[in-house]
Amino acid sequence: MQSGNAIRFLLGDQPQTLSNPPPTMTVLEYLRKTEHMTGTKEGCAEGDCGACTVVLGNAENGKMRYRAVNSCIMFVPFLHGQQLITVEHLKNPDGELHAVQQAMVEEHGSQCGFCTPGFIMSMFAMYHNQCPTDRQSIDNALAGNLCRCTGYAPIVRACRKALKSTTKDQFDRKENKTVRSISALDARTTVEINSNGQKYYAPRTTSDLARILESHPESRIVAGATDVGLWVTKQRHYLETVIYTGAVESLTAIDIDDGYIRIGAAVTISDAMAVLAEHYDSLDELFIRYGSDQIRNLATLGGNVANGSPIGDSLPALVALDARLLINSAQQTRTVAAEDFFIDYGKQDLAPGEFLERIDVPLPQERQEFRIFKISKRFHQDISAVCGAFSVTIHGNRVQTARVCYGGMATTPLRARNCEKALIGNSLTAEDVKQAREALDMDFTPITDFRGSSSYRSAVAAGLLERFADELRSGEKIGVRQVQHA
Amino acid sequence: MLDFVPDKELTRTVRHPLPHDSAVRHVTGEAYYVDDIPEPRDLLHVWPALSPHACARIISTDLRAVSQSPGVVGVFDAKSIPGVNDCSPTIGDDPVFAQLRVDFAGQVLFAVAAESEQQARDACRQAHIEYELEQPILTIDDALNRESYVLPSSTIRKGDPEKVIENAANRITGQFECGGQDHFYLEGQAAMAIPREGGDFLIHSSTQHPSEVQELVAKVLDKPLNAVQVEVRRMGGGFGGKETQAAQWACIAAIVANSTGRPAKLRLDRDIDMLATGKRHDFTFEYDVGFDDSGRIQGLKVDMASRCGYSADLSRPINDRTLLHLDNAYYLDHVTATTRLCRTNTVSNTAFRGFGAPQGMLCIERIIDEIACHLKKDPLQIRRLNYYGKQTRNITPYGMRMTGFDIRSLTTELVESSDYRARRSAIRETNRDSPRFRRGIALSPVKFGISFTTTHFNQAFALVHVYTDGSIHLNHGGTEMGQGLFIKVAQVVAEEFSVPLNTVKITETNTSRVPNTSATAASSGSDINGKAAQDAARKIKKRLCEVAAKKWNTRADAVKFMRGLVVAGRNSASFAEIVQLAQVSRVPLSATGHYRTPKISWDRSKMQGRPFFYFGTGAAVSEVAVDRLTGEYRLSRVDILHDVGKSLNPAVDLGQIEGGFVQGAGWLTSEELWWDDKGSLRTHAPSTYKIPTIGDVPEEFNVQIWERGRNQENTIYRSKAVGEPPLMLAISVYSAICDAISSLSDYQDWPKLDAPATPERVLMAMNNIYKGGNSK
Repeated sequence: MQSGNAIRFLLGDQPQTLSNPPPTMTVLEYLRKTEHMTGTKEGCAEGDCGACTVVLGNAENGKMRYRAVNSCIMFVPFLHGQQLITVEHLKNPDGELHAVQQAMVEEHGSQCGFCTPGFIMSMFAMYHNQCPTDRQSIDNALAGNLCRCTGYAPIVRACRKALKSTTKDQFDRKENKTVRSISALDARTTVEINSNGQKYYAPRTTSDLARILESHPESRIVAGATDVGLWVTKQRHYLETVIYTGAVESLTAIDIDDGYIRIGAAVTISDAMAVLAEHYDSLDELFIRYGSDQIRNLATLGGNVANGSPIGDSLPALVALDARLLINSAQQTRTVAAEDFFIDYGKQDLAPGEFLERIDVPLPQERQEFRIFKISKRFHQDISAVCGAFSVTIHGNRVQTARVCYGGMATTPLRARNCEKALIGNSLTAEDVKQAREALDMDFTPITDFRGSSSYRSAVAAGLLERFADELRSGEKIGVRQVQHA
Repeated sequence: MLDFVPDKELTRTVRHPLPHDSAVRHVTGEAYYVDDIPEPRDLLHVWPALSPHACARIISTDLRAVSQSPGVVGVFDAKSIPGVNDCSPTIGDDPVFAQLRVDFAGQVLFAVAAESEQQARDACRQAHIEYELEQPILTIDDALNRESYVLPSSTIRKGDPEKVIENAANRITGQFECGGQDHFYLEGQAAMAIPREGGDFLIHSSTQHPSEVQELVAKVLDKPLNAVQVEVRRMGGGFGGKETQAAQWACIAAIVANSTGRPAKLRLDRDIDMLATGKRHDFTFEYDVGFDDSGRIQGLKVDMASRCGYSADLSRPINDRTLLHLDNAYYLDHVTATTRLCRTNTVSNTAFRGFGAPQGMLCIERIIDEIACHLKKDPLQIRRLNYYGKQTRNITPYGMRMTGFDIRSLTTELVESSDYRARRSAIRETNRDSPRFRRGIALSPVKFGISFTTTHFNQAFALVHVYTDGSIHLNHGGTEMGQGLFIKVAQVVAEEFSVPLNTVKITETNTSRVPNTSATAASSGSDINGKAAQDAARKIKKRLCEVAAKKWNTRADAVKFMRGLVVAGRNSASFAEIVQLAQVSRVPLSATGHYRTPKISWDRSKMQGRPFFYFGTGAAVSEVAVDRLTGEYRLSRVDILHDVGKSLNPAVDLGQIEGGFVQGAGWLTSEELWWDDKGSLRTHAPSTYKIPTIGDVPEEFNVQIWERGRNQENTIYRSKAVGEPPLMLAISVYSAICDAISSLSDYQDWPKLDAPATPERVLMAMNNIYKGGNSK
């Protein structure tokens, strides 16, 4: 196995090499402390405010693909083989502002200016991804950038103005050169870092991953680190050994075969949810409420599963859809049903030395109906109070099979078995759903915390069941966001 | 939209929608905040250690392991302070470092200075402190039951409300509460102290009140004020949260720098910032109102209580302002209102945009809504009926005569432009057959008093230099926190000299250039600093006129400043030429300016007088849709008409209106401060504390500056202050949610709904009204 201890990436268009960098140093810390590039700001150090937004460029099939990410919880070694673009890089060499910068100035999109570099970088990614100018697209792309001054109205105006610009920017003009520069980084090697005893491995094959994990069973696997990043920035955990799965080719692949959508554990939420939502429409809204664009571009479906949080956004869907998890290790490969994976709070069916390789989600069946609803204090970028996923097959206007899973109602994402039983044979009329609703009451005893009281959670869980039945009866997407003003 | 004016030659700058002076630096990342200033050699990084307990005696403190932690240079606590261990803005009850006891979870115990921020931070965790826990007082109810107050209560009274209420045709009593609000400025608190020769210090601080930081740093270091210089280029947001709350961090940095002789920087991360600094006061209200059959309020009695936290801070003037805004836009003939200032074992609450007024106004608006529901009338009708009159019914409960206050015409225009009546009818019609969603609509007005209620704060100073090339250096006591103060004042100066705006250099606020300043607060920034800068500019202008008059052998009053020129009759010269002539004629090209707000007087002991120079006004119509099953809601349309007088800069003012409204909507909807039963704040970061995102702002967000607006008082170019008033326009959102819920009772009942109206509270209110109402 070819390996090296250096991280190579482009900072703007300049190749950088960092030998044995601290594995859990954040990109934000690197920019501000090492490079003294202070344009990128820290607003929260937990990936929730977007002030630290930077853009990563990847060469894919000879083209650059740009994604906005939170630099505050992203570890420096993840930069390997990528281009890192910050607010300092946008201005043309002749001093002319980038279209997104110019529009923000002209539309008065900055007041205190502290969130502005983050907005600029998100808008820069939107500009390169041809983001449509309808309000929903803008909201989905910018909900991860908090602004406390402007009320966002001028930022929407600036977005619309900048996104209408069709002129090529300096990054378009230099695209071929950038692709070559990235290729010249020669980053397709296994990385092994030892920084004062703190170790980092980025294997490229599952067998290497299994082998490294076997010899370091105490290590922490990370993919996007959107949760583990907080252990470091918030709790100051010292992670002695970090294994990064994002460079393992098979873990970043999506395939559809044999009735399954097979999603590698290190596929980002952005990519995974896009494919899943193609097959299950109802996931569309969950997708836009799942973290922010910056988080979705780093976070992975495998991370969400392996982390096993009772409020993990994808989990109720995976359980309701009866997804299968492929678990691998140096010793054996095994498959486990998603619903059996979550044993208790913080406890998953994953032994030392094992890793999650793939999530297999069945393709929709005939007469199958799937709906998912997430409820939180705020529509965008909030953690569920309750999330309910419903998958049923319908035969002759009656429910034939039912899988119902809730997040936020127990210590793990959990099937509502009583409710499911009551749904079988149910015609889902308003009257008939009442029984299922009563049965649901016996399924959960939720906790009270700052996201919602026990009684609220129970009331919402029941409400979501009714909403599910209502959507099936009406054939419409029903939500308060769809209601127009008078 | 307002057009951007790129014309660099523009010399009549006032009233133009010019971009923020730092806009280009904001979008390129070149604008420096305290943490971005290139770090001086030998800089120490400081981190504070916070109390985990809300109420406890400190039995023992062992910081040996902290001192021995890698990279640590020093550990600082109450004993390290050469002067006084206090950073209170008022009555001396805010220790910099806790001593002997802790009074809220999040109180600073000690601070560590180390070679790196991470080392300082890691070292803080090595402390061994033993506590003897005491029973904390956490809620307003706790405090009322135990009679725990930071200061005596305040009362405002007019007429004989008890008797009038007793005899009124209708009477409603009720109670509700509203939560506090974290400022959530994007830039957390930060300060850097740099030792200078002779034991002096330069302090970079992210503060709205440099003079107070100077005073408090001098106090903890036991130095005269002239040994401490405080500088603020800009803040990454303030909103009141950096008025008094910035001082502690500057004091700690200064203590470290003083003791070690090395520069020291302290930058709070988000969690510490939210745990250790004060917020908007939460309030409880109990009201008893008597009104006639038309809906006119005859008598009102309100008992309020606010959670002040463990110390006084600014709670007294904040609660005073709550009392002074309980009337909002309504004439109250017979009224008594009391507010009790509860002392609790929580962080000391502080200034926040609106400064107590939003809470008082929320209360009266709720009362108006309830009266309307009781009488089955449109709340708008009740609002108009109770509005202040022009000739009669125009004296506030504190004895101030309202003149030039025209909320009626503004309301009429907004009712038209928002299509309020037709939409309200349509909503009531469709709600009847809407099992899934209910819509609600409301109009609420704002009347907000402009001036500090502490009269002597209503003054400002400025310093203007003209250099011999004709370039101008502008400095004043106001601070820039994003509100556009600097550009507005620069516009005033450019306008006075009739020179292009880029001739005027905007410079950082610095206590050594302009001393003894008031906080940039109370929406006063451009009113008072604009006037002070105008005064300085006019002093220099007068001298230049004399120089030019002498040159051209004419009268000084014949000399005019036009388009970068100095002109008298057919004579003309460039501004720079006249400036150079002044210099060689030995005429000074520098002046200070001063302004004191006229006409105001306030007798706090009687709660009578004219505390305000004038009032900011506006009104908003909000529409919401509420989900019957989950309590989730959406703000679907907002129309605002706001009076900014004759705007100094309509782009800046529009930004304040839009931004203030959304911030207010956050306060009343999704922003929930949630303490556990031990007194720990559990929503102390954006993952748990939810301010509005872009997705919460409606597509249909029609914000207009009132074209007919003007200020009858002689303010700077007849503009009006705009910083705070728009926040309270968001009360319409709360009212609209109540209206939507009320529909479930066929509008027979008004919901009991506390703020913030989270989806949970909304669902519970719907379920409760459902049981009590007559509808299905």
